[in-house]
Amino acid sequence: MLKEKKKKQQSLHKRHSELAVANKQLEKLSNGIFANGELPLFSEKIRETNQFPLRPNKLEILQINVGYMCNQVCEHCHVDAGPDRKEIMTRETMQQCLDVIKNTGAHTLDLTGGAPEMNPDFRWFVDEASKAGIKDFIVRSNLTIIRANKKYYDLPEFFKNHNVHVVSSMPHWTRGKTDKQRGEGVFDLSIKALQELNAVGYGMPESDLRLDLVYNPSGAYLPGDQASMEKEFKHALLEDFGIHFHNLFAITNLPVSRFLDYLIASENYEDYMYSLVEAYNPAAVKNVMCRNTISISWDGFLYDCDFNQMLELKVASKIQHISEYNEDILNDRKIIISQHCYGCTAGAGSSCQGAVAD
Amino acid sequence: MAANNYYDPADLRKFGNITEWSKELGDKFFDYYGKVFEEGALTAREKALIALAVAHTEQCPYCIDAYTKDTLQRGVTKEEMMEAIHVGAAIKSGATLVHGVMMMNKVNKLEM
Repeated sequence: MLKEKKKKQQSLHKRHSELAVANKQLEKLSNGIFANGELPLFSEKIRETNQFPLRPNKLEILQINVGYMCNQVCEHCHVDAGPDRKEIMTRETMQQCLDVIKNTGAHTLDLTGGAPEMNPDFRWFVDEASKAGIKDFIVRSNLTIIRANKKYYDLPEFFKNHNVHVVSSMPHWTRGKTDKQRGEGVFDLSIKALQELNAVGYGMPESDLRLDLVYNPSGAYLPGDQASMEKEFKHALLEDFGIHFHNLFAITNLPVSRFLDYLIASENYEDYMYSLVEAYNPAAVKNVMCRNTISISWDGFLYDCDFNQMLELKVASKIQHISEYNEDILNDRKIIISQHCYGCTAGAGSSCQGAVAD
Repeated sequence: MAANNYYDPADLRKFGNITEWSKELGDKFFDYYGKVFEEGALTAREKALIALAVAHTEQCPYCIDAYTKDTLQRGVTKEEMMEAIHVGAAIKSGATLVHGVMMMNKVNKLEM
């Protein structure tokens, strides 16, 4: 039992798990029920509505992953993030990103991780990036980092001073469900962090300081209707803890990395893939996030999305690194797909900004 | 057909196939079914919890499978799910016991 608990506190990389290797994940996603014809490949599915090959629309979002280090080891994490991950974006790569941010046509900058705040150059980067005049500047904060160490206590003020849009994970409004997915004690720390964000104005009704929450299911099932979930979250968090926030994004867990590992270990993989394929919604393909986003990794490589980044599927373009960035050439590419993509087209669709279907 | 079991979890996915042998009635049923579970005077969440309780009183394995997943998807907690099942169980046992009045009536009539 203790050994099992310790294992859960380490990344798949640290455990030398087979699924720490991207190719092994891709093999899994193409074998079995997809190889024997039980379920159609994603390419076949989007071909039915003439959406293959998938191509980008106008670029709107630059998502930068500043490192895989995190203070949490969430069971469902597609990044396989954790305290033992050492991949961190250097200031040199950040500078290359800044050069791009100043000239991009994208209206949204989205910083993610791991816990982006753990990058030693995070504050410098936010300071510089906020001068570029990007319309929407998102930081994906896991909340607990704000209470993890004294040096992070002033993060709410720091975010406010840079007019950052905070997007935070909160899998449920109850302690039990939250801690099971994200680790013991995470719920209480998250509540405290949300109260502190509220205290400086984040998430308050009428406030321009945006605070949105991300909900993703704590298990092998799909998220419910985003609007209904938002209502439930708002009611419970306000009633129980006096917490306000703006929007809830309901995100589907994609079968990548630790969530894929969990699906296989719990013998839910096939049923889950069936659920995703059965819930396939061609309307969601139109607005899927890889069509308006470029994902940049800690070492400056370019991907169609954060999931492809974790599967080490670099963009199919002659431009593959931030140092040689060219938006026009990049936008003229075919998006790389595999069966994990069903996660973004199930039901109302799913993206880092929540549901996508009109 | 499953060789050794009357019930096969994979059969749940084939529920829609019932329209194949009677399209008109099958379609009508699924239209009705879909409509019933839409948001109305009751929320879809409340309806899912009722369905979960009834699934248990009917002891339908397919329905238990489907509505356990459905309620989880709607953010329903384990405590709420179990309370809903107790409501079903209470009605079931109450329905048994209330018939005891019939037995008592009969006894009272028959005995001197």
